[in-house]
Amino acid sequence: MALEQLTIKTAHEGLRKKEFSARELTEAYLERVQVRDGRIDAFITATVETALAQAEKLDRKGDFSDPLCGIPVGIKDIFCTKGVRTTAGSKILEKYVPPFSATVIEKLNEHQPVMLGKLNMDEFACGTSTETSYYKKTKNPWDLERIPGGSSGGSAAAVAADECIFALGTDTGGSIRQPAAMCGVVGLKPTYGRVSRYGVIAMASSLDQVGPITKTAEDAAIVLSAIAGRDKRDATTTQADVLNYAEEIKKDIRGLKIGVPKEYFVEGTEAGVEQAVREALTQLESMGAELVDISLPHSKYALATYYIIMPSELSANLARYDGVRFGYSAAAPTLMENYLQSRGAGFGPEIKRRIMIGTYSLSSGYYDAYYAQAQKVRTVIKREFDEIFKTVDCIASPVSPTVAFKIGEKIDDPLSMYLADIFTVPVNIAGLPGISVPCGFSKPSNGDTPLPVGLQLIGRPFDEAMILRIAHQYQTATDWHTQHPTL
Amino acid sequence: MKLKSDEINHIAQLARLGLTNEEKERMATQLSAILDYLDQLKEVDTSDINPTAQVTGLENVMRDDEIERIDSETRKGLLDSAPETENDLVKSKAVFE
Repeated sequence: MALEQLTIKTAHEGLRKKEFSARELTEAYLERVQVRDGRIDAFITATVETALAQAEKLDRKGDFSDPLCGIPVGIKDIFCTKGVRTTAGSKILEKYVPPFSATVIEKLNEHQPVMLGKLNMDEFACGTSTETSYYKKTKNPWDLERIPGGSSGGSAAAVAADECIFALGTDTGGSIRQPAAMCGVVGLKPTYGRVSRYGVIAMASSLDQVGPITKTAEDAAIVLSAIAGRDKRDATTTQADVLNYAEEIKKDIRGLKIGVPKEYFVEGTEAGVEQAVREALTQLESMGAELVDISLPHSKYALATYYIIMPSELSANLARYDGVRFGYSAAAPTLMENYLQSRGAGFGPEIKRRIMIGTYSLSSGYYDAYYAQAQKVRTVIKREFDEIFKTVDCIASPVSPTVAFKIGEKIDDPLSMYLADIFTVPVNIAGLPGISVPCGFSKPSNGDTPLPVGLQLIGRPFDEAMILRIAHQYQTATDWHTQHPTL
Repeated sequence: MKLKSDEINHIAQLARLGLTNEEKERMATQLSAILDYLDQLKEVDTSDINPTAQVTGLENVMRDDEIERIDSETRKGLLDSAPETENDLVKSKAVFE
């Protein structure tokens, strides 16, 4: 079985035409995990037995009419999965086995994909390299000395290394799009409010969103239709219509207006990255889209806004790890000592840093200067996008200013690490949908191996159909997404 | 701006975060650099701007205040997650001393 050729679409056809059974498909991927994951380190937990049992059950039933039925999937270890350990990449949840599943897992399960396991991530999704995981460092399949991006680095690396056909990730400031770009796969962050976060371990609640990492935009469309929609357990989910995205993307892109913001093509971006993105824009133009020069002058404040809002919300969300109700407990003699020691030993350095920043910006005397100001700048950034979307259908930019950097290169320089998210963060601040699409390769400044570059397409709120359509049409004309790392 | 050690101690205490002396040292330098970066937000004139807490446009999403019964398996799972229990209750250290 040539796993490199398989997408949700083609594997579904294979299952439906009985070219292979669900068990054969699952076994092929589990074998791949066994052969490769010792080098990639994408999995925290592999669920081999339940995967095989489920595949057999599906074969006995023999109904593969659903496009996701029998498809091997990997799940970022931030989604609560009933009876399967869920760590969020943190020591503090090392032994946590949730007694319930996230809504998005339940919705996905209605379509009966086969879960192969739980994937590595930065601790509590805090990072852009997957290096802050307590468990392991995931390697980029294109160059094993480099990071896969983050925080959904395990998800992106697993898809790129064909250890699963698709994966679920979460994106708070770029955590789906950035690793997808760095691993050469597709990553979709839907509109805030599009997909339920119930049962997804919370990072920053006004920014967190769930989405798929796939080989193609078409696959992302299939998964989005399955997971989107109102959930009474997440009050931020809306009634916005969930479309059949796999149909929507078939329309051509003639006459569509694509905004190109000058602030997203600035100094600090690697020349090879900019070149690949510019060539992708030329390709879209040749397919009938119209490129429009635009300006988003306040986007440059998005990263600073993000690094106030996100840690503030994170510090509040992580208050629940108290060493009393669940998670690691230091079993110290007094309540205060138990808080201090459990959290001191249970959280890693990046989490501690962010809790401190968040607590500082929310503390009395600093609240107005930091948190309140950030919430106001957020309004300014959002309005700017609203205005621009009156004149364009979509905005295009690089996903990240660089290709994948080396493991260890930025771990001791938090600020330089944060800059990897500079083009993705504004999208979360404004709650918009965004997608990362492979658009070429570029050599890093300190290496000879060409590494994947991602094109980011940003859409109007709840208009995932538009960015999926442009991404899909781009992929019908290019073959970047069909290239594979040599492993 | 460099954060002073009593500021670091105060924030860590507010966050109920036990830090070693070494961590506090490193934190003072790193947080100061990050806070300097965040100071650029002061450049933005927000005098007539309302803050945005969330962007969905939804307001006052209500539901009935009803108790949902859970099955005994889930109940056991929840209790098993706690580091310490006694008679089906989650056990904590004394809150009042």
